[in-house]
Amino acid sequence: MDILSFIFNPFVSAYNLVHDTLTSLLQSLGVPPDWIAIIVFLVMGLIVVTVILIVAPVLMMYITLMERKVVARMQDRIGPNRVGKFGLLQPIADMIKFLTKEDIVPQGVDGVSHFLAPIVAVIPVVMSFAVIYFGVGMGAVDLNLGLLFLMAMGSMATIAVFMAGFGSHNKFALIGGMRAAAQIISYEIPQIFAVLIPVMLAGSISLNRVIEQQSGLFGLGWFILYIPVGPIAFFVYLLAATAEINRVPFDLPEAESELVAGYHTEYSGMKFGLFYLAEFLNMFIVSAIGASIFFGGWQGPFVQQIPALGILYFFGKTFLLILIQLWFRGSIPRLRVDQLMNFGWKRLVPVMLGTIMFTAVLLWFYRWFLESLKGLGG
Amino acid sequence: MDATTVIAQAVFIIVATLTLIAAFLTVLVRNVFHAALALVGTFFGVAAIYLMLEAEFLAIVQVLVYIGAIAVLILFAVMLTRGLMQRDTISFNRQWAWAALVISTLFLGLFILILQVPWLQTPGTAIYTDLTPWLGTQLLTTYLLPFEIVSALLLAALVGAFIIARE
Repeated sequence: MDILSFIFNPFVSAYNLVHDTLTSLLQSLGVPPDWIAIIVFLVMGLIVVTVILIVAPVLMMYITLMERKVVARMQDRIGPNRVGKFGLLQPIADMIKFLTKEDIVPQGVDGVSHFLAPIVAVIPVVMSFAVIYFGVGMGAVDLNLGLLFLMAMGSMATIAVFMAGFGSHNKFALIGGMRAAAQIISYEIPQIFAVLIPVMLAGSISLNRVIEQQSGLFGLGWFILYIPVGPIAFFVYLLAATAEINRVPFDLPEAESELVAGYHTEYSGMKFGLFYLAEFLNMFIVSAIGASIFFGGWQGPFVQQIPALGILYFFGKTFLLILIQLWFRGSIPRLRVDQLMNFGWKRLVPVMLGTIMFTAVLLWFYRWFLESLKGLGG
Repeated sequence: MDATTVIAQAVFIIVATLTLIAAFLTVLVRNVFHAALALVGTFFGVAAIYLMLEAEFLAIVQVLVYIGAIAVLILFAVMLTRGLMQRDTISFNRQWAWAALVISTLFLGLFILILQVPWLQTPGTAIYTDLTPWLGTQLLTTYLLPFEIVSALLLAALVGAFIIARE
């Protein structure tokens, strides 16, 4: 393997190198072939899982820093700048604080639900990382139902919110839990409809295929450029996704001014930290899905020659979307419950239903046009 | 028996045991909310078994529909209707003997039926192609009528629920 191709595609090359070394090592030891397959599968799986489990919290830590810095600037403040240069060590200090704080469990809570809720909140989000493509060929699992899997994992967040709300035996938590559930159920529908548009355009539910279909126009054939359906779908997706993960302006479940902290009122220490982790990782996942299906994920100019660029493109687009959500947070006030429900059911759902029908008709005409062209040629 | 089969068997036994435990908890636990959570666990176990049978689409739809929608609705209903601070409910009532009789008869019937089916004894070939487009096409061609009837039924239920809620 030459050095240049290693630099151009570092992570996939490193993976292949470890994989091949391990296989040849086991072969020289005389292990039977079916055991080699299992051992290699387990070891490589363990490596990939470990990398994801390290990358996810580190990402979350620096997204919190980014949020605090960006929102501070929008509000004419400076933001954290005491721990390390530009406050770069602030997330680590926060982490240590979370881990060392006393975990207070109020007497009246429902033990099982209260204990399990933060865990149930984090697991689906981390599982979502398995099917995200961080660069060319840099997905842990090539699931041919990737997008459906991501939607399913997203829908599981409601259970955790319910468990926290009910388990706390606290009226604020309960109201927060109910609000969250109503909101997540309502906004899941426009979100899935919006994801359906790129699926229709690509003709596949596989995240990998959807990204590959956007390779036209020198790596710029992104689905958001399919005017008019692309921008409409993206806009609806962004709003619905922001509501789905309970971010401002849709953060009614944890509205401080009305509900103390909503469903996580009774949580402290690392359990609260886990809810925090889930919230920020959700923001990353939602932005990563948006970047992948509307902005081409790792697609971009020269990505075929230098695959390492794909990682830069992917993270650039994802962080741009995160920045838009922070911008929402910095500038839009919270909605009322009735406004929220009306907006979801009376605006977003009909708009998306219309867009889906329009896209289907457009695609049908497009195929018919191609067919008739073929008929003329043959 | 080669190594892969042994591991697959072991994983199946673990998953099936966990699913059964969750299913038993669903009926035996005295707290309705906990019973609903155990039901979520059961659904998840069934999804895992679908996954082991390489029915990925079914597994993911199981999570999306049964956990993401139906279980959430059940939890919602529990939270709205029950007095929340009153914790326990009685899981047995006077008719439990009759219920047990009917259920065990049904179980036995199904069990005998399953034993009588001539299952394919040769190891089936795994289907690695993406079945989702095929499923979609079949739903809108061969099985169009049942599909449309189900949609009409769901619409009727939705309108009915709406009218009841308004009164």
